[in-house]
Amino acid sequence: MPEEARRDADVIPIGTGGRPGRGTGQARPSSAARNLAPAARKPAAKKPAAAKKPGRARPTGGGPATESTRQKVADAPPSGSTESGGGPATESAREDVADAPLKDGIPVGDWLAAAQAAALEVFGDDWERRLAELMAFVRRRLEGDYEVDDYGFDRELTERFFMAALRPVAEKWFRLEVRGLENIPAEGGALVVSNHSGTVPLDGLMTMLAVHDKAHRFLRPLGADLVFKMPLVSSLARKSGATLACVEDAERMLSGGHLVGVWPEGFKGIGKPFSERYKLQRFGRGGFVSAALRTGVPIIPLSVVGAEEIYPLVGNIPSLARLLGVPYIPITPFFPWLGPLGMVPLPSKWILEFGEPIRTDAYDPAEAEDPMLVFNVTDQVRETIQHTLFDLLRQRDGVFS
Amino acid sequence: MGRVVLVTGISRDIGRRFARAAAGDPSIERVIGVDVVPPRGDIGDVSFVRADIRNPVIAKVLAKEDVDTVVHMSVIATPGSAGGRGTMKELNVIGSMQLLAACQKSTTVDRLVVKSTTTVYGSSPRDPAMFTEDMGPKRLPSSGYAKDVYEIEGYVRGFARRRPDVDVTMIRAANVIGPHVSSPLTNYFRLPVVPRVLGFDPRLQFLHEDDLMRVLSHAATTGIPGTFNVAGDGLLTLSQAVRRLGKPSIAMPRFAVGRLGSTMRQARLSDFSPEQLGFLTYGRGVDTTRMRTHLGFEPSYSTAEAFADFCRALTSAPLEGAGRA
Repeated sequence: MPEEARRDADVIPIGTGGRPGRGTGQARPSSAARNLAPAARKPAAKKPAAAKKPGRARPTGGGPATESTRQKVADAPPSGSTESGGGPATESAREDVADAPLKDGIPVGDWLAAAQAAALEVFGDDWERRLAELMAFVRRRLEGDYEVDDYGFDRELTERFFMAALRPVAEKWFRLEVRGLENIPAEGGALVVSNHSGTVPLDGLMTMLAVHDKAHRFLRPLGADLVFKMPLVSSLARKSGATLACVEDAERMLSGGHLVGVWPEGFKGIGKPFSERYKLQRFGRGGFVSAALRTGVPIIPLSVVGAEEIYPLVGNIPSLARLLGVPYIPITPFFPWLGPLGMVPLPSKWILEFGEPIRTDAYDPAEAEDPMLVFNVTDQVRETIQHTLFDLLRQRDGVFS
Repeated sequence: MGRVVLVTGISRDIGRRFARAAAGDPSIERVIGVDVVPPRGDIGDVSFVRADIRNPVIAKVLAKEDVDTVVHMSVIATPGSAGGRGTMKELNVIGSMQLLAACQKSTTVDRLVVKSTTTVYGSSPRDPAMFTEDMGPKRLPSSGYAKDVYEIEGYVRGFARRRPDVDVTMIRAANVIGPHVSSPLTNYFRLPVVPRVLGFDPRLQFLHEDDLMRVLSHAATTGIPGTFNVAGDGLLTLSQAVRRLGKPSIAMPRFAVGRLGSTMRQARLSDFSPEQLGFLTYGRGVDTTRMRTHLGFEPSYSTAEAFADFCRALTSAPLEGAGRA
């Protein structure tokens, strides 16, 4: 949770935490309040039936219900220092409702109870604070009151939106297993070099998520210029922290102490036929190695198993691809035959293994100009990844298990 | 003995204000403003010389007034104010060539400050995140302002080679913004509904108008040679800027924005050139390390603060300064 979210999410608690009285903070209500309250009624005994009953209480129906709660938050007068919980109004209304016969529609009290239950369901016990934080987040987004870094990276949006959207896919669909996390340095620049596969660069997104969730750092991917040419993709890429794969940006990011991710196989790797799966392609021209040599950061080889099977690429339409200016038009056993359904990736089991870092600080930065050294280090990285891939393939039981 | 400064392009608001500010500087003895039309506002102690930098008369002005510092800021960005693209190119390129020729002949000039722009880097999907001064555009500009500036910079470099005894400072300023600035970009933000290119969110960098004044006089008084990117700290994305402005925006495909831009140009509503369309699609960022380490200049407004100042002026007086200055 970003600190700024806490900072400006001022929680104005609703009501007095179940006690009668106008938020004076006194345990005993005033005599006026006691006179107003229905005779000898304790605010005890939550009625689970009343809270559970309406089908609206599901998270999906939470939209309008939450809306009404929010309305209440805005309307409620600022009261003293009390903790969260339904106000006296809600409480007593609910009790009245429980007695009243259900004759004309759902009473207001039920709606409020449902809203509260929905908020609890969606946000958990600390729902009031969470809701206030969410609203503060929405307000900041609408007013443009957030920061982006030099590369256009929007940290807040990435954490609260992109990562949250990817997490269920990674955990429930691909069941990511991450190994060798200790090889990612806790701080300072480092270059993660990975194999590339899967027709659509989902492996990059999953790696970003895994690094964020498990190693608590942001992986800053370097993307091909096609990424920055395509509408929508380009703005999403920049906001999630990507930048162009060029020597200038790589060196700038590495010397800025970022954890940078590269997929040197590029389109050759991601768009290779299914029959060539797990065979590494040429590793670019070794530009990533010279960037690492120049900045003296370690190279962390990453082997991803499972991404090859998500969209088995069995064919390509080169003429159409040329026409559209893209590297390939994929044909899989399901796409384009099943239409949008064919775009659902197969639920293969993924293993990400971060290998031991290859240190480059022993070399002189000037040695980045030595092509032979660059080729050697490139080969070393490539071999490491290829061997790890074979090991992982031997270890796994099946593609989907 | 203070310096004698010649400022070109004084009829435009920014040139006039710079000349006035320079005239108040104690280390500057005299300021001479040159332009083809007289400045509209108050020029204070600046002596105005009506001369066209496109013809050799400028050399006589340099010799007669014993000018030792030339601040060249008459490169114009929009054809609208000059009366057509042909005149604009003539003013920009031929004017600069004549001025440089006069400087080369002059025996008194030992300092030249040229106000250039980061537009010279262009905008393309192949751009690095931050341009440093050593980088060039990824694609050579084919027309308009960017091409003019690119050519002028070439001539200035040639001049610096031929006259190594003259300190040449080239200030590549990011998009200048502020309450009094009328540029294609500020006019764009003044539109009631801001059109955006669908699916792109360019990164923008701004320089506050006061900072432009300060950096030019800093360069004119210190005379540190070199080329420097000058921009406020940090970046804003276009979507962020529009939200901070509090205006509605509409996202359209790129060709539609281009079409709208040319329609507006014909209607003289706004100048929406192709290079601006590129800028509003891909954006641009420049590295300002050298500005701090070599030039020793620190902008007083960050990008966000400069934009906030522009927003304040826009909301308090929505129509003031909307005309061409």
